[in-house]
Amino acid sequence: MQAASLHWARPYLAAFRARFQLMLQYRAAALAGFATQCWWGAIRILVFAAFYGVNAAAAPISLADAVTYVWLGQALLALQPWVADPEIGQAVRTGGVGYDRLRPLDAYGYWYARTLGWMLARALPRAALMLLAAGIVLPLVGLGDWALRPPSGVMAALLFVPAFVLMTALGAAVLMLANIVVAASLNERGVNAVLTPLVIVFSGSLLPLDFYPDALRPFLHVQPFAGLVDIPFRIYFANLKGGAALQGLALQAAWTLVLIGLGRLAMERMMRRLEMQGG
Amino acid sequence: MPQILVEALAKTYRVAERAPGLTGALRGLVRRRWRPVHALADVSFSLEAGELLAFIGPNGAGKSTTVKILSGILRPTSGRVEVDGLVPYEDRVRHVARIGVVFGQRSQLWWDLPVIDGFDLLADIYRVGPERYRRRRDELVAMLRLEPLLDQPVRQLSLGQRMRAEFAAALLHDPTILFLDEPTIGLDAPSKLAVRDFVRQLNREQGVTVLLTTHDMHDVEALAERVIVIGQGRLLTDGPFESLRTSVLAERRLHIDFAGPAPALEMPGVTVRARSERSLELAFDPAEIPVAKLIAAVAAQHAVEDIHVDEPAIEEVIARFYDLHDAGEA
Repeated sequence: MQAASLHWARPYLAAFRARFQLMLQYRAAALAGFATQCWWGAIRILVFAAFYGVNAAAAPISLADAVTYVWLGQALLALQPWVADPEIGQAVRTGGVGYDRLRPLDAYGYWYARTLGWMLARALPRAALMLLAAGIVLPLVGLGDWALRPPSGVMAALLFVPAFVLMTALGAAVLMLANIVVAASLNERGVNAVLTPLVIVFSGSLLPLDFYPDALRPFLHVQPFAGLVDIPFRIYFANLKGGAALQGLALQAAWTLVLIGLGRLAMERMMRRLEMQGG
Repeated sequence: MPQILVEALAKTYRVAERAPGLTGALRGLVRRRWRPVHALADVSFSLEAGELLAFIGPNGAGKSTTVKILSGILRPTSGRVEVDGLVPYEDRVRHVARIGVVFGQRSQLWWDLPVIDGFDLLADIYRVGPERYRRRRDELVAMLRLEPLLDQPVRQLSLGQRMRAEFAAALLHDPTILFLDEPTIGLDAPSKLAVRDFVRQLNREQGVTVLLTTHDMHDVEALAERVIVIGQGRLLTDGPFESLRTSVLAERRLHIDFAGPAPALEMPGVTVRARSERSLELAFDPAEIPVAKLIAAVAAQHAVEDIHVDEPAIEEVIARFYDLHDAGEA
């Protein structure tokens, strides 16, 4: 049974691994990304500090949690699906998509595995650097109030594991929809121009969703992008716990399945219409 | 039952039509007009296992479209296709596991990976067992002389080297059918010869069915017993290359160097194709005037220094054939 499933998964694991290894080579990009994310993290924390200084009572979470929220967001920024996978755009322009169609694989699964490899290879080195800087170096130099804190308790840590897996799977599912639109329209700029602001606002990346006006919140908390940042991070510092945390995980899982289902349908349609360029 | 069966295949693309200039672009925003382009109008043929068939035709004739439909990438507008009992675009995953494809203008290897890593990856993608993979890979590496290239990233290979690696990549999973879309395009003479040798060996010794498209008539002459000529989406002929050559152009050429100035030669059934001060090039049909008779007639009247007969180049045969059928690109 295990041998059979490994046999089935072998191509997808290979596609993931190849992309992951290739992307890990880009050390300069990882360092540059890390530097940028430190800078923006510091600015966002200053903004939060100013806000809490004026009106701490109005805030839905404590300043310490807000600081952790920011650093966590900066650490995992590259996991967020705000630009389509550039390899797909390139494959469409160069006709490499044709070769993708020649592989005896589920077309959606093949692209999903590659996109996942791309996301994780970009995210993990930066996340490691950021954990080191914001979680260990800051407390050591006496800036513990402004540091990334560990998960609030064993339960939060345990729940954060599936939350992290689901935020990654959901992010890849969102990216796949973007990839498919890129492939169908032969153009990635338009897709990214729409996707980036949507993800930044609705995921809670810009601001935790509880900071938005009351009237919007019922909607904000059930839409798919909440599972990318807001839900997993609040599970991390136990702002969502017990039943609420499980609900959050269920929402992440449900949206992941829905978006994968939609992506599969869209891909099927797109591939039927696919026309390769040239005689 | 033939291995490949194609019946009344048609493929129509829709192309957005746009008036030129800015006004045209603006009008296109509001109302777009579509124009149908018939890449394939009505193509039927069949191919037995182990055959080697060449598809030739001018640019835009529909050769690549045919290959893309047969390999499962494109879906035809109408018609019927069966390859080994499967409809390629309906049963894509099972179908593509049995075929190999090389596009001369594209690469299926990973640009940044060493050749050998790309092979390993393809073995994973096609789920080739480790033992079988090692045997097949070593065999292909030997046949294509890839040993010194294996640890080089694909981007560093010359086109000829890359093409050899592409062939190995297309064959690692042991397909019974190989589709080649302009496999020799842009290659230098030795690389072309290497590709032809390899394809011949594959077809004759391993029984792989080969369907190739090309513009290089030497490919056809060296490889294919059977040729299909296609123009503007229609099948023009289907038969042995020799019969194509004789049916289209029986013409022979006689080149004569004279001891003195070239004479004004006038004989029925003979046309002067070129002349210079001391030489003539004549075109004639040997069915009308046998060569011996023509030479004797010329030599009897003039002082001849040198004389030889040849036949038109294959490229010329084909160009004339396209003209005859009005098949050139519109």
